[in-house]
Amino acid sequence: MKKELIRLHINGQVRVVEVEPNRILLDVLRQDLELTGSKRGCDDSSCGACTVLIDGEPQMSCLMLAVSYQDQEITTIEGVADGSALDPLQRGFAVEGGAQCGYCTPGMILTAKHLLARNPNPTDQELNEALSGNLCRCTGYVQILASVRKAIELMRDMRPLEVRPR
Amino acid sequence: MSPSSTIRPNSGSIIGARIPMVDSVDKVTGAGKYADDLALPGMLVGKILHSPHAHARIRSIDSSAAERLPGVFAAATGREAPVKYGILPVGHDETIFALDKARYIGDNVAGVAAESEAIADQALRLIRVDYEILPGYFDPEESMLAEENLIHEDRPHNIEKDYHHHFGDVEAGFAAADYIRNDRFECAEVTHAALEPHSTLARFDADGALTVWSSTQVPYYLMKTLAATLQIPESKVRVIKPLVGGGFGGKSEVIPLELAAAVLARKAGRPVKITYSREEVFYAHRGRPRQIVELKTGVTREGKLTAVEARIVQDGGAFCGYGVVTILYSGQLLNAMYDIPSVKFDGYRVLTNKPACGAMRGHGTVNTRFAFEQQLNMIAAVLGIDPVEIRRRNLLQAPCTTVNGLRVLSYGLPECIDKVAEQSKWKEKYGKQRFGKGIGIAGSHYVSGAANPIIRAQIPHTTVNLSIDASGTVTVFTGASEIGQGSDTMQVQIVAGELGIPVERVKIVAADTARTPIDLGSYSSRVTFMAGNAALDAARNARQLVLAAAAKKSATPIDGLTFDEAVRLAISPNETLTATGTYSPPASAQGGKFKGAGVGPSPAYSYSAQVAEVTVDTETGEVHVDRITAAHDCGKAINPVNVEGQVIGSVWMGLGQAVQEEMVWEGGRLMNPGLLEYRSASTLESPPIDPIIVESMDPEGPFGAKEAGEGSLAATIPAVAHAIYDAVGVWINTLPITPEKVLKALEEKKKT
Repeated sequence: MKKELIRLHINGQVRVVEVEPNRILLDVLRQDLELTGSKRGCDDSSCGACTVLIDGEPQMSCLMLAVSYQDQEITTIEGVADGSALDPLQRGFAVEGGAQCGYCTPGMILTAKHLLARNPNPTDQELNEALSGNLCRCTGYVQILASVRKAIELMRDMRPLEVRPR
Repeated sequence: MSPSSTIRPNSGSIIGARIPMVDSVDKVTGAGKYADDLALPGMLVGKILHSPHAHARIRSIDSSAAERLPGVFAAATGREAPVKYGILPVGHDETIFALDKARYIGDNVAGVAAESEAIADQALRLIRVDYEILPGYFDPEESMLAEENLIHEDRPHNIEKDYHHHFGDVEAGFAAADYIRNDRFECAEVTHAALEPHSTLARFDADGALTVWSSTQVPYYLMKTLAATLQIPESKVRVIKPLVGGGFGGKSEVIPLELAAAVLARKAGRPVKITYSREEVFYAHRGRPRQIVELKTGVTREGKLTAVEARIVQDGGAFCGYGVVTILYSGQLLNAMYDIPSVKFDGYRVLTNKPACGAMRGHGTVNTRFAFEQQLNMIAAVLGIDPVEIRRRNLLQAPCTTVNGLRVLSYGLPECIDKVAEQSKWKEKYGKQRFGKGIGIAGSHYVSGAANPIIRAQIPHTTVNLSIDASGTVTVFTGASEIGQGSDTMQVQIVAGELGIPVERVKIVAADTARTPIDLGSYSSRVTFMAGNAALDAARNARQLVLAAAAKKSATPIDGLTFDEAVRLAISPNETLTATGTYSPPASAQGGKFKGAGVGPSPAYSYSAQVAEVTVDTETGEVHVDRITAAHDCGKAINPVNVEGQVIGSVWMGLGQAVQEEMVWEGGRLMNPGLLEYRSASTLESPPIDPIIVESMDPEGPFGAKEAGEGSLAATIPAVAHAIYDAVGVWINTLPITPEKVLKALEEKKKT
């Protein structure tokens, strides 16, 4: 199959890569761009380990053709930290034991990032529903939920004080 | 005064501290590398051809067309490496690729290495295999009667191994019983389904040295098996374990792709990586076997156990794997939980034409424990004894040795029972809630490593080396395998705690057979107890060496130094001090002398008690688990976050087996080889789980610690089954407890 040159906007950078049109985004990220943080856990979109954000929305990169996502901003786990400063979610997962084997962690964090961007104070039910497409076999999810709660707490502490006009 | 006592003891604050795992930043940033994340220049994609038949003689294989396909660098069949192997010395019955017969759907028949996945797939389709289909065996109770077409010719009646144990006087025990029960229990086959599919990258250097990066729990055994099957010296084989995305036992023996990658790399002259598809992971399996338990228990009127007799049949699949150990655990660990004066056990590990079973979290104990605890709850119901109370009446008087020779020192079960009963408000709820709501209790236990190694070699079970430089930085070299359970963090905490230095000053190099000393692997929950003890021993030795060197170099007598002060005196900038520590279980923990006595003995046992609360929908039969309260005696929690994580994870995996998970077979074909079809629970099916840490301070554990990663799994299943009984009055004795089974039982109950 003939290769073509495509431009992907990933983690704030433009990456140009030559790929066959049938290559899936997950493989291009992992094999061509060395962004191996996105994981393959299944072959049928059941596990969510390959989740990336497309214009801020979580999507499974194992279901997506790389050529079709040249106009959108792609965020992978490698783009979540701000330089060496971890995102509150990353800190939460580290501190509360949300990452045991760590294989589902990138997908979990990206999915949670999307949720908290829309809804900074989710109920337990909202949190459970948001994360229900990301499977984990280690944690029973209890410490993952605690990790997201911890991130919410950290974000609250970091938020600048509002100055209200009198 | 001994030299070590002149260093100020550490405050101990790091032991028991809730610090993040030492590799957590790698995991939350995506920077950490798992086997499939690795790539080498010129690397090829390896693929395996699997048998489409459950039992078939291979008349011939022709891979020449595949080899001629442009882009294919190697094809290999059974003749390439015919040396038999297996994780147990008594079970060397596998070859890398099938030699004469395919023994299950999915059996490995040939392999190819090609430039791309597409070419490799195409090459597999060009391999011609001439099969002569043989009758298959899929049910263990039928397979045991087989006279011909045996799965392995040297295993009459397809029985891999049978054991017949008799401890104490069972006849007298039953004669003394006021009440005797017989029940049959059946547990479906389940599998680990770790989220990371198995992956192996193999490279041969020009000088014939082999390096393998693999998703393994047992780098040392893998190194030995690679050397044996490829017939190269062990000194030429290096196994490196990168991050592992979950094991649960599924990576605790050598998996065919690990050897296939190496064989193909040798033939191709290029690095080869094989990563299983999810379907291949299901067929690679090595999970918990289907098990049938016929259990007979006798008790006095007061509920005191007098005798237990178990007949256990396990459906082992086509190869031995860990099977001999699995069947032995299923009998041996009837003991060491409660005080049982006499025990009879007949165990049969049976071969069938399905993927081999193996070790899975709670190895061998889980299904037997379900049967035993369920029957104990049935007995309590008949005798009108509170199920919490019947357990209290049958406690061991530790320290003690059981009738089958298991030494129990620390025993936190009584406290576990008390804690869960109190926290769950047992007394206010049991038998007192509305129809459809129920509460149940059960217990479980597990080994903290096997006291007898798989390989009967006179080596320590673990060795840990430390190197200390003049800056006071300590590097831990350990063979122990971090698989997400916190192995690295545990050792760093122990070394930092013993030396009284911050964890940030302790680095760890782990699980690389060329650079780290021997550790037998991450299985049978051995790491905290064994690698932890070796790390502690190494740290104590390091302290002594540092102090002795400091004393030699100091003009004035030294006393009361911190570790750092001693290091400044002892180690000059161009020096490195090294120390080593080991662990071998004491002879007193190694069990009896009878056939099969080697499996079951452990230097320490963990204990768990759990209360499950459920709501049963009597219209649909659906069981909704509302909450699990789980108390686990881990001796001492080196890191409570990680202990809680292990306990919760075990409970959750037990819940899966209790109500959702099952490998569904049609003959030799797996009908649900996907994570959704296998019904791995999402957040929406996962209840709150409240862990309670009980610290019994084991006298031989490092800082008192024992295992935390497996022992809680088994109690969950009978606790849920018991809660269902409390809710709607039916006992379900087959797993998983599906809505169909609950409805059927409710209908039958209505009839009577």
